[in-house]
Amino acid sequence: MGAFSYFPQTEEDIRIMLERIGVGSLDDLYADVPADFIYKGEYDLPSAMSEQQVRDFFEGLAAKNTRLKVFVGQGAYDHYVPSVIPYITSRSEFLTAYTPYQCEISQGTLRYIFEWQTMICRLTGLDCANASMYDGPTAAAEAVRMCVASTKKRNSVIVSARLLPHVIETIRTYAKYAGINVVVTDKVAEEVAEGVLDLAGVIVPSINRFGVIESHLGLADLVHEKGALLVEYCDPSALAVVKTPAEWGADIAVGDGQSLGIPLCFGGPYVGFMACKEALMRKLPGRIVGQTTDASGKRCYVLTLQAREQHIRREKATSNICSNESLMALWCTVYLSLMGPEGMRKLNALCYEGAHYLHDALLATGQFERVFDGEFLKEFCLKPKCNVQKLQQALLDAGFFAGLQTEDGYVTFCVTEKHSREELDQIVEIVKSI
Amino acid sequence: MKYYDKLIFELSKPGRIGFSLPETKTQLPKGNIWRETPTGLPEVSEVDVVRHYTNLSQMNFGVDTGFYPLGSCTMKYNPKINEEIANMPAFTGLHPLQPESTTRGALEIYVGMDKALAAITGMKHFTFLPCAGAHGELTGLMLMREYHMSRGDAARTKVIVPDSAHGTNPASAAVCGLEIVVVKSRENGLVDVEALKPLLGPDIAGIMMTNPNTLGLFERDIKEIAKLVHDCGGLLYYDGANMNPLLGMVRPGDMGFDIMHLNLHKTFSTPHGGGGPGAGPVGVSDKVLPFLHIPRVSGFHGNFGIILRAYAYILMLGREHVKMAGKLATLGANYIKESLKDCYKLPIPTVCKHEFVFDGLLEDNGVTTLDVAKRLLDYGFHAPTIYFPLLFHQAIMIEPTETESLETLDAFIAVMRKIAEEAKADPEMLHGAPHCTPIGRPDETTAARQPILKYD
Repeated sequence: MGAFSYFPQTEEDIRIMLERIGVGSLDDLYADVPADFIYKGEYDLPSAMSEQQVRDFFEGLAAKNTRLKVFVGQGAYDHYVPSVIPYITSRSEFLTAYTPYQCEISQGTLRYIFEWQTMICRLTGLDCANASMYDGPTAAAEAVRMCVASTKKRNSVIVSARLLPHVIETIRTYAKYAGINVVVTDKVAEEVAEGVLDLAGVIVPSINRFGVIESHLGLADLVHEKGALLVEYCDPSALAVVKTPAEWGADIAVGDGQSLGIPLCFGGPYVGFMACKEALMRKLPGRIVGQTTDASGKRCYVLTLQAREQHIRREKATSNICSNESLMALWCTVYLSLMGPEGMRKLNALCYEGAHYLHDALLATGQFERVFDGEFLKEFCLKPKCNVQKLQQALLDAGFFAGLQTEDGYVTFCVTEKHSREELDQIVEIVKSI
Repeated sequence: MKYYDKLIFELSKPGRIGFSLPETKTQLPKGNIWRETPTGLPEVSEVDVVRHYTNLSQMNFGVDTGFYPLGSCTMKYNPKINEEIANMPAFTGLHPLQPESTTRGALEIYVGMDKALAAITGMKHFTFLPCAGAHGELTGLMLMREYHMSRGDAARTKVIVPDSAHGTNPASAAVCGLEIVVVKSRENGLVDVEALKPLLGPDIAGIMMTNPNTLGLFERDIKEIAKLVHDCGGLLYYDGANMNPLLGMVRPGDMGFDIMHLNLHKTFSTPHGGGGPGAGPVGVSDKVLPFLHIPRVSGFHGNFGIILRAYAYILMLGREHVKMAGKLATLGANYIKESLKDCYKLPIPTVCKHEFVFDGLLEDNGVTTLDVAKRLLDYGFHAPTIYFPLLFHQAIMIEPTETESLETLDAFIAVMRKIAEEAKADPEMLHGAPHCTPIGRPDETTAARQPILKYD
């Protein structure tokens, strides 16, 4: 096999290097590997493709996907992605950088993480935030672990059944192996008041899986009286207009940054965020950037409070997280910079307007019943009176992904600023025709 | 690199906007559940944003700007075609809950990657849910526990980790509710089989191994270790962080490993992104296969965009070039090692794999590993991994990767030799390094004692 564009060594280079090392061949570098472990077979992989062949191959796969107009949320929201963002995030200096351990040549990364931490604090109203988590569900699972680690001899958490199913499932997974007792309930306040003796934490959604904006009035006091911590799971885009976790008295806020301009991308990469009150700062998992000065007094940024982390504390670390989702945090930071306070207000107003228009128009068709009275922003659930499969197929045939059925049998819709009035009217017409 | 001192908040001016949205007269309701406090987001124009982040990027080092001899991190070149493919709207526009009939292309990518990774590693199948290496470790250990629980073997709550292991290994074990038992390495840097034997018993869930280990040494007793661990009823976990030298040469499945993870952002060329997103798919042998679907460790289908990139890389490599990847990485590491061992202390002189460890400068002039690392930045190189593994006090861990040319390695070697000379002539100058970077050494003590974690 001839040369390969990612391998710069010529045969002459290889000969020079082997000579310096003092071995006769490349295979001799593996003399310490027991011979029967050296793979002698042909790897069951396709034959090497040229760049154009690779492109054609993926274009072929791309053609097997159907691009739909997305009117479903459930943890992944189809917001518009401003064109500036991919230009910034694809800059090599950001994209191909390592974790910013060498702060002298990583001020770019460190600076945007500091800005991200600041924006997350401002959106949640809380005191400090970390550099990022893998996604919203893992951030929720880590928050649950944090509650247990921050309260003495307490090992139970109450999880609202109104969180998104994949969030609950991820919490259950982490809790199972950590030996944490998880109580999933629809009646959070009652459960806090009555049951669960060794309560460490309670996790509730800011906007629940039915799209309803929840009121947590009095909940924090109740949870704190029991000596436990309150965690709120939030959509950060909505936090620009709904009451913050801090205002409800939550100790920790987590969620997924995807709604801040990250493409749907079949579920990832996204980015989790986590913020908390100052008292819990040293219990945060993952990386944290702090401001300091260099030897000459210049303001600069470093990874700090590393005594919490796995590379220092090993099994005693607050978490095992190492790589996080840094570039996706940049994605959100650029997004929030572009949008600013007015952009986020307007965006949410557009979502609200579109969602309420569709909601009312769908009810007017007589094919649905209203089941939730609470206020909603961009996502809502209705109880179908029609044949759901038939409805979904008709929508799909017209190029819409809408009306996804929840596990309770409701159908869910989500409208963002991307969607036009014409599209909403089309959906309504399709519903009428069922 | 030029120093630039602004935060986006400091560019803010009331009334400026950087967005473009349709008009609306809708006002959101007030009171009760609605936010009344300001969001505190910056008010900047689009050009402010572009200049600000471009300026920030210019204070950053990346694979595209220079060489990273960063041990255990496998900072190889990130092919550009992968980026283009991952940004195709037919992939980025897919909602994770769309009906299968509309995502066939995406699903084929998972099937293709599963098959390719199985071929490369000798494992049976992979789960793609984990979003990073440590996340893969955690998932793998969950599978280990499921395996034992399914056999009613609940007493297996301890996992053996060598003293040379990556910090994530013990941390992942702890998050998974396992107790850690450390097995020592011998003088030659390999796991001490005699020290391992008494640790094995009915309470052992398994062992986590990195092979080659963090000293870049192939654990040649792996066959015996695998037999001992399996005989005691435990499983073998393979930490794929160091898979690169084995790429195209040795398959973990053939060495007796039952569970492993791969770092797609290391071995399979996806960009590190300043600390992610990565992907840490976990592969299993037949024995563990029935449990592969159990742990739901992330939201949807893992980091699809990263999996796509890695698949494109594998297709470029193909069955022909894959055979050279590991060998060339190993060649580069040994070349650097042999070229510098007369100025840097080489505690373990044998042939290494993709990486090796120096224990500081050969001659003691009071110049530390940190000084050497910081001085490298002045010469346009990233620093190696330093003070790890913990086995040596002045550890300098170097890993070149197969995408670095002889000329790059020679330039790095020349600078390392020059720094060794500087250490003799002017140690003070090295204590103060770096001198040519946008900032000098930071005051990390104050950063940790009086943390400022946000802009006020």
